[in-house]
Amino acid sequence: MNLVVAAQVAGQCTPASSHILSGCPYPAPSINDFYFTPLFTIGHFQFDKPMLLVLLSTLIVLTFFWAAFRKPKLVPRGVQNVGELGILFVRDQILRPQLGKKGDSWLPFLCALFFFIWINNIFGVIPILYFPATSRFEYPAILTAMVWVLYMGIGMWKQGPLRYLKNLAVPSGAPLWILPLLAPIDFLSNVFIRPFTLSVRLWANMLAGHVLLLVFALATWYLLTASYELVFSAASFVVLIALTGLELLIQLLQAFIFTVLTAFYISGAYETSH
Amino acid sequence: MQLAMHLHHLLYVAAGGSVPGSTSTPYQLHIINLGALAYGLAAIGPGVGIGIIFGKFMESIARQPEAQGRLTGFLWIGFALTEALALIGIAVFYFLK
Repeated sequence: MNLVVAAQVAGQCTPASSHILSGCPYPAPSINDFYFTPLFTIGHFQFDKPMLLVLLSTLIVLTFFWAAFRKPKLVPRGVQNVGELGILFVRDQILRPQLGKKGDSWLPFLCALFFFIWINNIFGVIPILYFPATSRFEYPAILTAMVWVLYMGIGMWKQGPLRYLKNLAVPSGAPLWILPLLAPIDFLSNVFIRPFTLSVRLWANMLAGHVLLLVFALATWYLLTASYELVFSAASFVVLIALTGLELLIQLLQAFIFTVLTAFYISGAYETSH
Repeated sequence: MQLAMHLHHLLYVAAGGSVPGSTSTPYQLHIINLGALAYGLAAIGPGVGIGIIFGKFMESIARQPEAQGRLTGFLWIGFALTEALALIGIAVFYFLK
C-alpha cells in the first residue's frame, strides 16, 4: 500500500509507465483520454489530433475516388473495381430503398457522407492513429446539423413552410381526437429528437467502442509480468483482438445507419409519405 | 427499519445533501456511482428490444428462408436504432463522472 501511495505522490504514474509491479494503480480510461494537447496553435485556433484525422480522412476519400474514376472504362480494371463496389453499395443498399430511382442525384452526397464517416470510424483501430474522430461530439454534431438543414430546408422548399410544419406535426391517417396529444410529440420528435438521436447514436457508439478498446489495451500492458501471471495479460490481449473485430462491424454499421437515416429523412422531406 | 434508514440516507445524499466528512460533488452519490446506475437502468430496455428483433428475424427466416436477403437490411437498421438508447445511457455516464 505504501508503494502505491509513494508512486502516486512521486507523480510518475503515467498510463504508459503503469505496471502492476511498479505500484501504480490501473490507469482507467476517462474523459481526459478524448482531449489532446494541440499540435500547433495559431492565435486562438488550436489544431489537435482529431482535426488532423478528419483532414486525413477527407484526403483519403478524395484521393481514392479520384484515382478510381479518373479514366473510367466500360469494363472496370483495378481501382475502378473497388470504387464501383463502394458506390454500388451506397446506391443499392442505401439510396434506392429510401429515395427510389429518381433520387439518384443524391448519390454523390450520400456516398461522400458514408465513406467520410466510415473512414473516420476506422481510424479507431488503425495503428499509430488509434482514435476515431467521430468520438468527439463536434464531428457528428456538424454532420447532423448539415442533414437537419437539408431535410428542413428541402421540406419547406418543396411543400411550403407552413404545410411542411403541419405535415411534421400531423402524421397522415391519424384520427382527429388524438391530435392534441400526438401533434406536439410528433413535432418535437421530428424537429428536435431526430437530430439529437442521429448525432448521439454515432457519437456514443464510437465513444463506447474506443473506451472498451482502451480498457483492454491498458490492462494488457498493466498486467504484463514475467511470471505465470502473464496469462492475465494474454487473456486481456485476446479480448482486445475480439473487441477490435466487433468494433470493425460497429464502425461500418454506424456509418451505414447514419447514411440510411439521412436518405430516409430527405425522402420524407420530398413527400408526405405513408 | 434498517432498510428504511438506509434508503432515506441514500435519497438524502442523492438529492445533493452532503454527509459531513466526505468529499463529493453534489451530483455524485459517493456510495454508488450514479452514472453507472443510470447506464444499468438504461440498458434494460434495449436489451429486451434487441433480443426481440433478432428473435423475430430468426423466426421469420425459419418460416421462409427466401426472405433472408430482404430482411437482413431491416435487421441492422432495427438493431442500431434500438442500441442507440443504451448508448445514450453510456454517454450520460461520462457526463456524471
